[in-house]
Amino acid sequence: MLGWEFPPHISGGLGTACLGLTRGLASAGVNVLFVVPRALGDEEAEHMELIGANRVRMRRRAPGRARSVAAQERAAPAAEPGGGREPAAPAGASSEAPLVWPPEEGAAERIPGALAATGTAGREVERIFEELALDSALRPYLDAAGYREVLRELAPVKGEPEPERARARRPEPRPERRPEQGPEREPQLALGPEIEQGVEEEPEGKEDGGGERFEFAGAYGEGLYQEVRRYAEVVAEVARNETFDLIHAHDWMTYAAGIAAREVSGKPLVLHLHASEYDRSGENVNERVRALEQAGFDAADLVVCVSHYTAGVLRRRYRMDPSRIRVVHNAVSQQEQAGIVHEQKAIDEPIVLFLGRVTFQKGPDYFIDAARRVVDVEPRVKFVMSGSGDMLGDMIERAARQGLARHIHFTGFLRGRDVERMYAMADIYVMPSVSEPFGISPLEAMALDVPVIVSRQSGVSEILVNALKVDFWDVEGLADKILALLRYGPLRRQLSEEGREEVRRMRWERRGVLMRDVYRELVPA
Amino acid sequence: MTSIVFYFQVHQPFRLRRYTFFDIGRSDAYFDGTENERILRRVAEKCYLPMNALLQRQIVRTRGRFRCAFSISGTALEQMQRWAPEVLDSFRRLADTGCVEFLAETSHHSLACMADEDEFRRQVERQRDRIRELFGQEPRVFRNTELVCSNRIARLAEEMGFDGILGEGADQLLGWRSTHRVYRPEGCERIALLLRSYRLSDDIAFRFSNKQWSEWPLTAEKFASWLHALPPHETFVGLFMDYETFGEHQWRDTGVFSFMEELPERILAHPRFDFRTPGQILAVQDVVARLDVPHPVSWADAERDLTAWLGNHMQRGAHDALYALAPDARRAAEAGSPELCEMWRKLTTSDHFYYMCIKWFSDGDVHKYFSPYTSPHDAYIAFMNVLDDLARRLARAARTQGTQGTQGAGRTG
Repeated sequence: MLGWEFPPHISGGLGTACLGLTRGLASAGVNVLFVVPRALGDEEAEHMELIGANRVRMRRRAPGRARSVAAQERAAPAAEPGGGREPAAPAGASSEAPLVWPPEEGAAERIPGALAATGTAGREVERIFEELALDSALRPYLDAAGYREVLRELAPVKGEPEPERARARRPEPRPERRPEQGPEREPQLALGPEIEQGVEEEPEGKEDGGGERFEFAGAYGEGLYQEVRRYAEVVAEVARNETFDLIHAHDWMTYAAGIAAREVSGKPLVLHLHASEYDRSGENVNERVRALEQAGFDAADLVVCVSHYTAGVLRRRYRMDPSRIRVVHNAVSQQEQAGIVHEQKAIDEPIVLFLGRVTFQKGPDYFIDAARRVVDVEPRVKFVMSGSGDMLGDMIERAARQGLARHIHFTGFLRGRDVERMYAMADIYVMPSVSEPFGISPLEAMALDVPVIVSRQSGVSEILVNALKVDFWDVEGLADKILALLRYGPLRRQLSEEGREEVRRMRWERRGVLMRDVYRELVPA
Repeated sequence: MTSIVFYFQVHQPFRLRRYTFFDIGRSDAYFDGTENERILRRVAEKCYLPMNALLQRQIVRTRGRFRCAFSISGTALEQMQRWAPEVLDSFRRLADTGCVEFLAETSHHSLACMADEDEFRRQVERQRDRIRELFGQEPRVFRNTELVCSNRIARLAEEMGFDGILGEGADQLLGWRSTHRVYRPEGCERIALLLRSYRLSDDIAFRFSNKQWSEWPLTAEKFASWLHALPPHETFVGLFMDYETFGEHQWRDTGVFSFMEELPERILAHPRFDFRTPGQILAVQDVVARLDVPHPVSWADAERDLTAWLGNHMQRGAHDALYALAPDARRAAEAGSPELCEMWRKLTTSDHFYYMCIKWFSDGDVHKYFSPYTSPHDAYIAFMNVLDDLARRLARAARTQGTQGTQGAGRTG
C-alpha cells in the first residue's frame, strides 16, 4: 500500500484514513506493507509492515531510465547485489513482508495485457514529471497565505530560506489544501522541529554502502513534485524486491508510484481517491496534477472512492468507466472517538461553530450569510469561525459589513486539545462545504455529542442518518435548521444521543472487509 | 358458518409545506395545498374510483352477498369534497347498496386517545356526525387510528355507545387463542373486540406483489383455498387493510384488481362461507372470552406498538407541545375563530408524527416511502415551526377576545 503520510507525523484526513483502513484490513486478514515517503520509526504501524522510502537503498541510475531498468529486472529478478533495503530499518520492515496479502509462490507471474497498458501509462507519467520538475514552486497543498504562516511559525526554530519566502509570496492560483484537514491538522505540523531535526541528521542523497538513499520530508509544500517522482522510483525498487498480490495507492501523489510498481510487478493496481484536483481547486485545476490523476485512473484496475459524491466527480471529470469504480466510505477509529471533553462554557449564549479551512471549498461565506439571518430573529447566539485560509480576511470583512461584529468570533487556527475543547463548547456544528469528498469533522463533533448540520455536497452526508442536511447554497434553509436546533430541545437531544451512537457504530473493521472484497475481485482467493 | 370481514381504511393527511422559521409570524399557509390535491387526485384515479366501481360490481353480481366496511378519515372526506367530489359520490352509491358499513374513527386520524381523552371524544363525535350526514348511517363500530386499541381505549369507545371496536390480532395478546373469535377487552361490560387476521391481511396488503415470497403469485383461487381450509369453529376472518393497497401500494399491473374481481365468488363457492360487516358479526356472534390489552397495540411495524409515532424524543416532544395547545385551540373555536382550532386539529393527524420516525433499519424503509420529507428531522422542524406560529395566533385570538377587539388587538395584529 502506498500512502503519502501516516500518523502521527501528519495527522490529516488522508493519513488518518490510511491508518484506519490498514487496521481494518488487518482485522479482515489482509497483510499490508505500507510505503511512506519518510518513516521515522514511531508510526502507529504495529498492525502491519511500514517502510519509509527514505530507508530504501537505491542503485544509482538516471531517473528517466527507471522503466528500462525495471524491464531488465524482470528478466533477472534474483540478481540484486546493491538493491536490497537497508537491513536495520527502524520501522521494523522485513524484506520478506508482502505488500498486500499473504505471499504466494510464483508471484512473478504477470498478465501480458496489463503489462502493455502500464508501459504506456508509465511513459505518460514520465512526460508529466518532466514538466513538473520545471515548476518547483508549486505547492499543491499550501496556498500563499498558509505558506507564509508556516514560514512564520518555523522561523524561531529554523532559519528560513530566503528564496522560498520570496516564492511563497508569489500569487498562487490554486488556494487549496487537503479537504479533510481541520486547522489542527494543517500540513505545517509535519514540518515541526523534530522532523526538521531529522532532515539535518540525514542529508539528502547521502551515500551509504553501494546504494543511494533518497531523503524525503514526507510533507506538503516545496519540492513536492520532485518527491513524488523520487518516491515512485523507490517504490519501483521496493516492488522489485517484495512479494505481494496487489498494489493500493492513495491520492495523486502516490499514483505514479502505483503505476511504477505495477509495471515492475505486473500486479493489479487499485487507486484510492480521497480528494480529486476538482475537490481541492474547484474549476481552477492544476492541469499537471489533473494529468497525473488521469494517468492513474486510466492505468488502474479499480478506483476506490470515499463517497458516491467523489465517484460522481470521477465519472464526470475524468470520464471514468463506472464499472471500474467502487465506493468504500471512511469510518472513525475508536481512538478518535475516545476524547470526550467536558468543557465548561464561559458564555451563556449558544455557540454555532464552523471549524475548518477558511477556503472557497468549505463554504465559509454561506456560514456568515446564514448567521446574518439567524441573528435577525435570534440575537442571543454566538457564531464562531475556527480555522484559517485564504478567505479569512474576506470573511472578517463580510461579517463586519453585515453588522455581525458582536455575533461572530474568529479564533484562527486551533490545534490539538483546543480543537476538542472548541467542539465541546459548541451547541451546533455546521459544515457548509461547497465540495467535500468525505468530511470527517462532523463525525468528530457528533462523537462529542454536538448536533451537526452538513451540506448535501459532502460524502459524509451519504452515510449519516442523525444529522441535518442542507444544500450549501440554501442559506435560508441553513438558517432555518440552525434556528430549529436552537429552539427545539427534543431535536437537539435526538441528534446528539443518536448521533453519538451512530458514530460509535462506524467501524473501520467493516470498511476493511469491504475493501478486502474489492481486492478479491482482482485477486481471487 | 365462517364470515369474511373486509374492512378498508381510507385516509389522507393534510401534509405540511416546508414551513421555515422565517415564516413564523408571517404566514398561516401551513399546508401544501398543491401537493395534497395532486396526491388525492392521483390516488382517486388509481385506487378509489376503480376500486369502488369494482366493489359495486361485486355487490350486484353476488346479489348482495358480498359485503365490506369502510372507515374514511375526516381529513380524507374533506379532501374528497374539495378536490374529488366524484369519489364521495361513489362511496355514497356503495352506502346505498346496504351492503357496506361505515365505521367511526377520530375525525382527524389522530392519536388523541394517547394525550387528551376530552379531545378524543370530540373528534369521534365529529366523525360520527359526518358519517351520519354523508352516508345516512349511525356507526356502531369504532376503529381507532392505526388500529390502536387497549382496555382503556375500548372502555372509552364503550362509554360513547359503540357496540364494537377493531383491533390488531397481535401474537403477544392472543398467545394460543384464535384471532377469529369475538373477544371483550378487560374492564369493559358490553363492547366486543374484533381482531385483524394479520397474516392473511398482509398476504394481500404487503406480500401480494413480492416475487421473493414463496406463495407468489397469489391467486384468488389459492387465497380462497386457504380460507376454506380454516376449521369450522372459526367465527370470522378479519381482513383489515389500507384501501390504498389496491392500485397505490400494489400497482394495477401486479394483478391486484383482477384478484379482487375474482375473490368473492371463489370464497362464496364454499357453502360454509359468507361475507359480513363488523356490525353484522356483532349481531350474530357472542363474545367468547375476555382479552387483556393492558398496553396500546397498533397494526404497524414489527413491534405492533406506538413507537412509529411516539417513539423518539422528537415525536414525543412534538406531540406534547401540540396537545399543550388543546385548551387554547378549543377556546379559540368558542371565541369565534374555529378556523384556528381546525388548523390545530389538522396537526393532530398521526401522519405528521410518523414522518418523524427514525426507525430506519428494517421498518424504516416503509416510513421513508410514505414521507414527503427528506428526513425525519426535517419533518420535525417544519411541524414545530408551524406549531410555533399557531401558538402565537391562538394567543393573539385569546387576547383579542379578552380586550373585545379594542386597541390591544390592533397592536398585536
